[in-house]
Amino acid sequence: MHVLVKGAGVAGLTAAHELMAGGAAVTVHDPRRDKSVTASWYAGGMLAPYCERESADQPVLGLGLKAAAWWESVLPGAVVRNGTLVLAPARDSGELGRFGSRTSGFVNVDAEELADIEPDLAGRFRKGLFFRGEAHLDPRQALIALEAKLVLSGVRFQTNPTPNRDGEFDFVIDCTGYSRTNQALRGVRGEMLLLQTSDVTLSRPVRLLHPRFPVYIVPRSGQMFMVGATMIESDATGPITARSMMELLNAAYSLHPAFGEAVIVETGVGVRPAYTDNFPRVEQEGNVIRINGLYRHGFLLAPAMAMRAAAMVFEQEKVN
Amino acid sequence: MLSVYGKELSSRLLLGTAQYPSPAILMEAVTASETKVVTVSLRREMAGGKSGDKFWSLIQSLGVHVLPNTAGCHTVKEAVLTAQMARDIFKTDWIKLEVIGNHDTLQPDVFALVEAARILSEDGFKVFPYTTDDLIVAERLLEAGCEVLMPWCAPIGSALGPLNLHALRALRGHFPDVPMVIDAGLGRPSHAATVMELGFDAILLNTAVAKAGDPVAMAAAFAMAAKAGNIAYHAGMLEPRDVAVPSTPVIGKAVFT
Repeated sequence: MHVLVKGAGVAGLTAAHELMAGGAAVTVHDPRRDKSVTASWYAGGMLAPYCERESADQPVLGLGLKAAAWWESVLPGAVVRNGTLVLAPARDSGELGRFGSRTSGFVNVDAEELADIEPDLAGRFRKGLFFRGEAHLDPRQALIALEAKLVLSGVRFQTNPTPNRDGEFDFVIDCTGYSRTNQALRGVRGEMLLLQTSDVTLSRPVRLLHPRFPVYIVPRSGQMFMVGATMIESDATGPITARSMMELLNAAYSLHPAFGEAVIVETGVGVRPAYTDNFPRVEQEGNVIRINGLYRHGFLLAPAMAMRAAAMVFEQEKVN
Repeated sequence: MLSVYGKELSSRLLLGTAQYPSPAILMEAVTASETKVVTVSLRREMAGGKSGDKFWSLIQSLGVHVLPNTAGCHTVKEAVLTAQMARDIFKTDWIKLEVIGNHDTLQPDVFALVEAARILSEDGFKVFPYTTDDLIVAERLLEAGCEVLMPWCAPIGSALGPLNLHALRALRGHFPDVPMVIDAGLGRPSHAATVMELGFDAILLNTAVAKAGDPVAMAAAFAMAAKAGNIAYHAGMLEPRDVAVPSTPVIGKAVFT
């Protein structure tokens, strides 16, 4: 059984892993040598199924709950299980109630508990929601580590610009993400920032609710913070707009004024592939299986989609 | 039937297209609401030229009138430019004119609004101005060429419902023949019924539906409330009285003691 995986973003690498683990000979092909062109590179890396339930259907919670364990077992040490903190500026505190009424798996915390959970935010917020069971990882480190693990496990990686002849493989898993030629998909542009400051320390992702512009701040190693992300119905890949930058910086600044002194290390733009229901699909057509439409849930739902695709492949193998 | 700028509309609910959990749910909500007009924001969907095409073609597939808006514009110049771009992209001379005066309350800047309405009306636009419940501003907007008024009943997205019934009644009373759509501030179907009972011609909603637990069901609920309020307005409602009046005749009983 030889399987070709097209695309080395989070969908492709997780699929390659599940196929490799199941005993298939796997080749991953992505002509884009630079990972920074994949949507996954700009992900927040939050494994936050409870929070995502606020605007997503039940399956996102059900499938997403297994994500942290999958990443932990595949990349031991990569997952930080510190939960998620959801906060709102004082005058938007009504948003907390609304968010809470749409989600589960949290406890209400007051100013004192907040100070225990995130000491640097002490005195800045009077109440919040704490989703203890959630986790996060650094998506860039995870992509690199997963690829390295796959290489060690015998998976071949190709970046040659001319594609393989699909006929040479028993199965082709198409994980190429957003494409204008796929009429069912649309692109949802996301813009993010990487800030660096030693004046604030956070131990978990913090979501700041705002009626018009909710954002999250995810701590990363090296005193870095990922601030994201806009959601714009567009597949434009051009640089971040001034307005988006302003909104993201405003949010960071209102979480903690020390972010005003942070340096902007990077601005990034990715296009999330999405179907009209914003839920991913694994579709089989002959010996081609497509995993696509992960939307804003790449790291959260890719493991479940990868397992689904691998099950299709090995099921077929049994039949043959 | 409601008639605006020569178009007959069979529904008294106009629906915004932002903030839904997914386009699929938006499309279902549009169907459930039976709306004939949806608003779209030029700024959000069109960033970077023609790239909002997929979302736009979803909207087009709904088969309803599209009312582009100038959401997020803060100056006359910005609003006029956005309206002109919207006319090119959406192929309609309808424009929901918003000129925001305050970033926090999203309160319309009524002075800039009147000015922009005049410029756009002269340019052939059919302007739907998002305004406050102020009578004199309404008068100026009509003078500027608007044939429809879209007063708020509370700040955008606040879900507060009608805050000043007196002002809304006065507005209706002063301009009995001008189509008026309550735009912004409605939170629940009872709010919609209340303003429709005052004689307003239609309601425009977005957040109250898009951010509901079940947007599709909420769209249907609002449609029913708007319809109920409208029918009740035309049916003639009882005015409140201070004394109880029995609904069953009480002949033979000594009630006049």
